[in-house]
Amino acid sequence: MKISTLFYTIRQGFVNIFRNKWYSLASVATIAACLFLFGLFYSVVMNFRSIVMKAEEGVSITVFFHSEWDLDPSHEEGQLPSESRIEEIGQMIARRAEVSRVRFVSDEEAWKKFTQDQFGDAFEKYAVGFPENPLKGMHSYEVFISDVSMQSALITWLESLPEVSKINGSMLTADILSGANLLIAYVSVGIIVILLAVSIFLISNTVAIGISVRSEEINIMKYIGATDFFVRAPFVLEGMLIGAVGAALPLWLIYMLYYYVLAYIMERFTILAGFLNFVSVEELFRVLTPVSLAIGVGIGFLGSINTVRKHLQV
Amino acid sequence: MTKKEQSWRRREQFIEDNGIICLQNVSKVYSKGSPAINGITLGIGRGEFVFIVGDSGSGKSTLIKLLLRELTATSGHVFVMGSDLEKLKHRQVPKFRRNLGVVFQDFRLLNDRNVYENVAFAQRIVETPAIEIRRNVPSILAMVGLAGKYKAKTKQLSGGEQQRVALARALVNNPSILLADEPTGNLDPKNSWEIMNLLDEINRNGTTVVVVTHNREIVNSMHKRVVTMKKGVIISDEEGGEYIDED
Repeated sequence: MKISTLFYTIRQGFVNIFRNKWYSLASVATIAACLFLFGLFYSVVMNFRSIVMKAEEGVSITVFFHSEWDLDPSHEEGQLPSESRIEEIGQMIARRAEVSRVRFVSDEEAWKKFTQDQFGDAFEKYAVGFPENPLKGMHSYEVFISDVSMQSALITWLESLPEVSKINGSMLTADILSGANLLIAYVSVGIIVILLAVSIFLISNTVAIGISVRSEEINIMKYIGATDFFVRAPFVLEGMLIGAVGAALPLWLIYMLYYYVLAYIMERFTILAGFLNFVSVEELFRVLTPVSLAIGVGIGFLGSINTVRKHLQV
Repeated sequence: MTKKEQSWRRREQFIEDNGIICLQNVSKVYSKGSPAINGITLGIGRGEFVFIVGDSGSGKSTLIKLLLRELTATSGHVFVMGSDLEKLKHRQVPKFRRNLGVVFQDFRLLNDRNVYENVAFAQRIVETPAIEIRRNVPSILAMVGLAGKYKAKTKQLSGGEQQRVALARALVNNPSILLADEPTGNLDPKNSWEIMNLLDEINRNGTTVVVVTHNREIVNSMHKRVVTMKKGVIISDEEGGEYIDED
């Protein structure tokens, strides 16, 4: 194909949009409406997911080690871990995939926290009865989990370590959060599939109607010796452009809407900001932009190529 | 001699022996009903002017569709410019049609484009360089008498002018054959004669012209070869013949 033919084809793709402006407008509107719903739903789901993930971040388990004060009946001789062994176990925990963060809590820190929690400012008054740290040697790890559904697997592994005496987990919270995560996953996949199916159906039909009214034009082209490519290319390009514009419009609308709604919530309901973790506009659009554009352009491409094919048998 | 040259020679010899259009015992039967064309044999030589006449349902339009390779024959062989249209693959059809000029009763112009663009479009399809398009289109428009109207939208033109645009589009790529399906069907007598005179001029320049028509007056006045069809068969084929009244 000559370069001039290529440019002619591209130019015709653009010209066709304006020649058939009402069908182009109808197609753009249909694509925009479908992808607006898709984008809106995606934003809500992503925020809900982010809030659940934030809650998951707070879920931790505490791992205690055997100490000389240990009253655990399973405490056997030789199980008292050295400081280097405790450090080694800490590194082993940190390397596990389901673990996001590990914090070492020394016996000093544990006692300090306990006294603060129990006595508050009156500690000095009661401290006289404890000349020594009663929790001496009772080091622990606070383990934060990235995936709460893996909590029980982690606990099982930790229990298999002979140096570990006790594990404090939060199974109920983990179960609730895992359930919420699963629910979001199923519901969002279901709704996104339905929205996509409806979008594909509506958009293909609109593009098809737009091309069908021009079957006469396609016939004329074929009668005077146009190849299938020459006939098809401007229509396909037109479909893709309509898809791209139809995807760009809701993206812009959702961007503006999301930006201002988020700013409004943060400003008016500052209390929410502490425990609700909203997804930033940039993070949201990092995925939403390519996905929406791919859907718009892809449907425009497939819709037009299929419809033109029906009219090429002249 | 290369393979291409040998093939070209064979084709030329075939055209010399059998005509630029050659139908051998051709029948076309649609899925339901009796045959639209029933075993016709016809040869049209290079540079001839032939009228195909007959009543509605005689098979004229089917014949044109077979020559355009819009339809394929149920049996027999259709040769156009030495090509057996039966053996032509779908992707070869566009190239084949570029050697055929075609004009219809309803003009079939691209109504959202102007006169110049309609004619230039036929050249763009065959990938003619832009500089040649700019030279060829005004010259062909001048030939059909529309030099001053190249910017006009086709809907702003009269029927006769629209048919001239269609003629210009059909001729701009120098086809070997011009097929005209009822070219005067939508025109008044004055415009009809102007179009027929143009077709005659085109034929005198060497193009084979096949005209399907109902226009008795034109057929009888032009004294060309007349092929008369009835119910799918050729009932007469006469040089300088007349339109036979069926009733």
